[in-house]
Amino acid sequence: MNLRNIPLSGVAMITLLAAAPSHAQDYRAKAITMMKHDFHAKGIAGMERLNEDGLQAVCNRSNNKPPKGIAEQMEKDEAATVKLPADGKLMGDWKAGEKIAQAGNGMTWSDKPGVAGGGCYNCHQIGPQETSFGTIGPSLYKFGKTRGYGPDNQKYAYTKIYDSKITNLCSSMPRFGHSGALNEQQIKDLVALLMDPSSPVNQ
Amino acid sequence: MKQPIMLSALAALSLATMAPQAAAEEKPAAGKPQMKQMHARPTAKAAVDPTTADFEKFRAVMEDTNPAELFELKGKELWKQKRGPRNASLEQCDLGLGPGVVKGAYVKMPRYFADVDQVMDAERRIVHCMVTLQGFKAEDLAKKPFSSDAGTPDPVSLTTYVAAQSRGMKLAIPQKNAKEREAFQVGREIFNYRAGPYDFSCATCHGEDGKRIRTQVLPNLSTKEGAIATSQGWPGYRLTGGFMHTIQWRMNDCFRQQRFPEPGYVSDTITALLTYMGANASGQVYNGPGIKR
Repeated sequence: MNLRNIPLSGVAMITLLAAAPSHAQDYRAKAITMMKHDFHAKGIAGMERLNEDGLQAVCNRSNNKPPKGIAEQMEKDEAATVKLPADGKLMGDWKAGEKIAQAGNGMTWSDKPGVAGGGCYNCHQIGPQETSFGTIGPSLYKFGKTRGYGPDNQKYAYTKIYDSKITNLCSSMPRFGHSGALNEQQIKDLVALLMDPSSPVNQ
Repeated sequence: MKQPIMLSALAALSLATMAPQAAAEEKPAAGKPQMKQMHARPTAKAAVDPTTADFEKFRAVMEDTNPAELFELKGKELWKQKRGPRNASLEQCDLGLGPGVVKGAYVKMPRYFADVDQVMDAERRIVHCMVTLQGFKAEDLAKKPFSSDAGTPDPVSLTTYVAAQSRGMKLAIPQKNAKEREAFQVGREIFNYRAGPYDFSCATCHGEDGKRIRTQVLPNLSTKEGAIATSQGWPGYRLTGGFMHTIQWRMNDCFRQQRFPEPGYVSDTITALLTYMGANASGQVYNGPGIKR
């Protein structure tokens, strides 16, 4: 749960609810009640996962198209939660990053507690050697080469992986740092995969 | 039952891989039309991967000797045998078309059942009949509801049998009753509900056309064309693990990957989702139990 978002989301929800037709609210309320009745905790997947945080509530109530003002404010709130590495270094080892990008495990009821894989190839094209990649997200092939290797882009990559919602409130991508799925070193390694000039991604 | 089937599946895969292209093409197209999305060419350029190609060859060869038919036969026996604490068969089970009518019932569920004043999907109704007619306990049937190394649960075989009796018929999920319409609307809300550590809803992966996870093509279940995927090929013999699974399992494992807690077996939530997607797909032909990757 992101406590920071709750006060604003309250306001946002009131605005959205006021605009929404009432029968849609009824069905949504019934859906949520039904799920809370029908589901049970299993392994690391507790029942609290059925609760929306503020951001999810706004995206659910706006069909992932939140009003501009609300989106901008909440994107700023999300940005304020990002913890950049204390040592100031945003790049790790691209070889370790490739392994993390390949691994799709983590956070399901059949996974053990602890850090997850990134599952990046599930949705993105990344390294040119991997032809089994998904297309839900954009291609990241030649990410650094195309965008530039500078510190601003390193920070952009780190931040996007840490919390994808900062630049697009209702993005389909998980918030890997925010949710604790990936730790600081893992995110650094993924940044290296995208941004290191010697990474296969940039060849 | 599992080991021999897996062996034959592997053998057929080898044969399929070696078979000349013509063998697959000779198959009559009309008899058992294939799932559309499995044939859809992935959009990105690296998409023609060997795994998908092999699987399609395998499916073409296996179509006429689908292991699912063995479970259909087992389900037929289970349907007719006197079983359970009450030593009764399921032949008086009402699947919506009257007691004992199995033919054509599967493509008309989920539907409203007046005797329970509820909407039920096929497997849920079969479980209901096992409880009310045969005296089995619902909580026992819910303990290990999915196929595993421990075996294939009876409701899976029974659902496969019932589904097979609708082969070649059009899906016609009723939306006349108020509770059926409500199940559709609630199902749509569940489909779009984002929550959990990854902010996923069903729609995150199944709400757009032409998307893939890795090389697996994702049907857009919010459209008429895509929604058929929740019916087509299910119940299905799944090559991963070599198990017979129903749509109840598919919904369960999707929620696992959505990083949600676990939905109850044959619960309202699953019925609502199946009503939403089933009604979306109405009018399209159901090809019977199938093979899944």
